[in-house]
Amino acid sequence: MAEPALALKGLAKSFGALKVTDGVDLSIAPGELHALIGPNGAGKTTLVHQISGTLRPDSGAILFGGTDITHLPPQKRARAGLARTFQITSTIASLSALENVALGVQAHSAHPLSFFRDAARDEALNAPAWEALEAVGLTERAHAPAGSLSHGEKRALEIAMALTLKPKLILLDEPLAGVGHEEGERLIALLKSLKGRFAMLLVEHDMSAVFALADRVTVLVYGGVIASGEPAAVRADPAVRQAYLGEEV
Amino acid sequence: MTTSLLIVQLLNGLQFGILLFLVAAGLTLVFGVMDFINLAHGVQYMLGAYLAVTFVGLTGSFMLGLALALAAALLLGLVLEFLVFRHLYEREHLDQVLATFGLILLFNQAVKMIWGAAPLSVPVPEFLSGNVRLMDGILYPVYRFALIGAGLGVGALLWFVVEKTRTGMLLRAGASNAPMVSALGIDIRKLFMIVFAFGTMLAGFAGAMAAPILSVEPGMGDTVLILAFVVIVVGGIGSIRGAFVGALIVGLVDTLGRSFMNDLLRLFMAPASARATGAALSSMLIYLVMAAVLFVRPEGLLPAKGRS
Amino acid sequence: MSAVTTSAAIARPALPAARRLAPLVILGLLALLPLATALGLPAHWLTLVTRAMIFAVAALSLDLILGVGGLVSFGHAAFIGIGAYGAGILITEGQTELLVALPAILLVCAAFAAVTGYVSLRTRGVAFIMITLAFGQMAFYFAQALSAYGGDDGLTLYEKSTLLGREIFANRTGFYYIALGTLAFCYWLARRLVASRFGRVLRAARENAVRVTVTGYDVDHVRLGAYVISGMMAGLSGFLLANQTDFVSPAFMSWQRSGELIFMVVLGGVGSLHGAIVGALAFLIAEDVLSAWTQNWKAIFGPLIVLFVLFTQGGIAGLMTKLRGRRDG
Repeated sequence: MAEPALALKGLAKSFGALKVTDGVDLSIAPGELHALIGPNGAGKTTLVHQISGTLRPDSGAILFGGTDITHLPPQKRARAGLARTFQITSTIASLSALENVALGVQAHSAHPLSFFRDAARDEALNAPAWEALEAVGLTERAHAPAGSLSHGEKRALEIAMALTLKPKLILLDEPLAGVGHEEGERLIALLKSLKGRFAMLLVEHDMSAVFALADRVTVLVYGGVIASGEPAAVRADPAVRQAYLGEEV
Repeated sequence: MTTSLLIVQLLNGLQFGILLFLVAAGLTLVFGVMDFINLAHGVQYMLGAYLAVTFVGLTGSFMLGLALALAAALLLGLVLEFLVFRHLYEREHLDQVLATFGLILLFNQAVKMIWGAAPLSVPVPEFLSGNVRLMDGILYPVYRFALIGAGLGVGALLWFVVEKTRTGMLLRAGASNAPMVSALGIDIRKLFMIVFAFGTMLAGFAGAMAAPILSVEPGMGDTVLILAFVVIVVGGIGSIRGAFVGALIVGLVDTLGRSFMNDLLRLFMAPASARATGAALSSMLIYLVMAAVLFVRPEGLLPAKGRS
Repeated sequence: MSAVTTSAAIARPALPAARRLAPLVILGLLALLPLATALGLPAHWLTLVTRAMIFAVAALSLDLILGVGGLVSFGHAAFIGIGAYGAGILITEGQTELLVALPAILLVCAAFAAVTGYVSLRTRGVAFIMITLAFGQMAFYFAQALSAYGGDDGLTLYEKSTLLGREIFANRTGFYYIALGTLAFCYWLARRLVASRFGRVLRAARENAVRVTVTGYDVDHVRLGAYVISGMMAGLSGFLLANQTDFVSPAFMSWQRSGELIFMVVLGGVGSLHGAIVGALAFLIAEDVLSAWTQNWKAIFGPLIVLFVLFTQGGIAGLMTKLRGRRDG
C-alpha cells in the first residue's frame, strides 16, 4: 500500500496543565478528504498549527508522505507540498488577488527570490496564477486588492494560494466559517471538484458539508481522538452522539 | 593593590548597575504593559538631575531638594503623559519612536536654554560626605554606598509592590497579556498611568541621586537611556527581575571592562596597541555581551512569564 | 487557454499618474537647480542640496527596510559612519582611488549588516528597535575610540577620492551631478528591487509574515537580505558625505542622526521611496533655514516632529493623497 499522505503518531501538546493535543494518531491516504470534527475547544486548530509547523508539539511524530517532518520549520513543510488555509482568513491585503496567488507560484519556481525583474509582469508567474484563480472562480477579481474581497472570496483566494504550492496535502481550517449560504454552496462545490487531486484535512463545524465531502471522519474531544472512520459509522458511534449531545449529527 | 582596585571597581560597577536598574525598571514595565516605546524616558532622568540642582540650591537642603525635585519630575511626567504619550499608545512603534524622539530634541535644547550648556553639579550632602575605610588603604565614598543602599531599597520596594500587591499582580498580568487584563474589566489606561508615574519617579530619582557624583549636562539622559535599552533586552522585556539582573551585568561588565581591559590586553600585546584596542573593545563590550545573550536567548535572560 | 484570454481581457489597472510622475518631476527639478544658481540663486544652495541628496540616498536605503520591509531600524546612521570612515581612513592612508575605496566600503557595510542584522532579526517589534539602536551606539563608541583617526574630535581630510587618478569631486557643480546621478541610480535600483520577486516577498512579509512563511519562504532570510542591501546603500552615501565635508567624526553615526533619518522617511511618506527623497530634502533645507535663524532650532524642530506625528499620518505623500481625495470626493 502507498505511504499515507499524512500520519500523526502519538502527537501531544500541553499549555501548562491543559492538554490540548492528547496522543493523537491519525492517518490520511493520498487523495483522501479527511474531516476533523469536534466541539469548540477540542484542539482542532492547535492540531492544524502543529501539522503546518507554526506550533511545536511536545512529543510524538508527524510523517508527511513517509518523511518525518516533526522538526521541520513551516516554510520547508510548505515547500515540500504541505499547504494550509487559516480559520481567520490570512491573505496579503494590499496585494491584488493575482499577486497573492503568484506569491505561491513564485515559492515553487526555480528562482523564488530573484532581484530586478518586475514580478508583476512575469508571465512565468502570472500564467499559473491565472489558472489557479480560474479554478476557484476568481478571475473577475484578479486585480482587486485581497483586502477588498468579500469573506467568501478571501476563502476561495486562500484555496487558490494553496493550489499553487503543488500540494500533496491541504489543511483547511474551517473554510466555511462566517461564509454566507450561497458562497458556502460554491465553496463546497469547489472542494468537491478538487477532491482526489491531493489529500485534504478539513476542519469544519458545518456537518452537512462534512458529510457531503468527507471520505473519512475523525472526532476530536478534549485533545483526544474518540472516533475515526467512515462518515456513516462515525455518525452512528454512541461516543460521538454522547459528545455531541444536543447538537445535530 | 590590584585587589583593592578590583574591590573599588566592583563597587563602582554595582553602583552604576543600580542606577541603570532604576531607569530600566520603569521602561521595562511600560514596554511590557503597553507595548509602548518611550525614548523620552531618559529625559526624565536628566530632568531629575537638573531639578535636583535647582532645588538643592534653592533650599540648601539635599533631602528637601530631592523631595521637591521628585515631585516636580513627576508632575512634568504626568503633563507629558496627558499631552503626548496618551495619544500614542494605540499607534505604531514607528510613531512612538518618532514623537518621543522629538521630545528629546526639545528637552535637551530646553535644558541648555534654561540651565546653560556647561556641566553643573550638586554638592554631596554634609551627612553623607567622607569615606568609609574598607580595609588597609581602601577608602570608598559614603555617598556612593548610600546610593547603592537607596537603590537596593527601592528595588526591594518595587519587588514587594510587583510581587505582593494587587496592583503588582495586575502589572505582571498586563506585562504578559494586556488584552486579558482589559478583558477582566480593569481600566488599562488607569493602570498605565500608575505604571508611568512609577517609572517616571524612578528615573527622576536616579537622575537626582546621580547629580552629586556625575556631571549634570544636556543629553546626559540619552546615554543612560540606550544603556537601559541594553539592560532590558538582556534581561527580557517586561521583567523586573530581568531588568535587575541585566542592569547589574551591564554595570559590572562596562565598569570592569573599562578599567581592566588594558591590563588584560597588555599581557599579550604591546602597550600602545593594547591601549588603543582596549579603548575600542571596552566601549563595545556591553553590546557584544548583548549580542551574545540574544544569540543564545532571543527573548532575554529572564523574560516575563507567559510572553512568547 | 481560457486563462490567457481572461488575463488579456481583465487588464491590470494603471498606476495613478501622480505616482508615476512624482519621481521624474523631483529628479528633473534637481537636475535643473544648478541653472537657478547661474541665474542668481546663492551658490550656498548648491552645497546644501548636494548634501541633501547624499542624505536622500541614506533615507532611501532606510525606506527599503523600514517602509517596504516594515523593520524599524534605529541604527542606520552606523552605515553612513562606516562609509564615511572607510573613505576617511583610506584617504588618510594615501589611498584615494574610488575603485579601491568603494568596493571595500560596500564589503564592510555588508558584513556589518549581515552580522548585526542576523542577531537583531532574532527579535521583533520594540526589541528590534532597541537592538539596532544599541548596535548603532556600538559603532559610534568604536569610532570614538579610534584615536589613530582622530577619536572623538574626528578626522579632517586633506584630499578627496579620485577616479582612476582624476579629481572628480573637486568641482562643486560636478559633485552636485555625481550626487544626483548616485541618487537617481539608487532610486532606480530600489524601485526594481521592490517590484521584483524578492521585493514582493519582502512587502508581503511586512503585512503578514505567517502567511508568507506557510507559503514556503524563510522570512528572516529575505529580511536579512534587504537589511544588507540597505546597509550597503547607506554606506555609499557615507562615502559621498566624507568627500563633500572633507571631514568625518563619530557624530556622523550618532543615534540622533539615526532618528533624523527615520524622520526623513516618515516625513516624505513611508514605503513610497520617492517620499524618502522629498523627506530628506525638506528636512535638510528646514534644518538649514531654522539653524540660520536661531541656534535653538532644535527646540522648535522637536515639537514640530511631535505635532507632525500626532496630527498627520502618512507623511507629505499621505497628506497629498488626503488633499487630492478631499478634492475628488
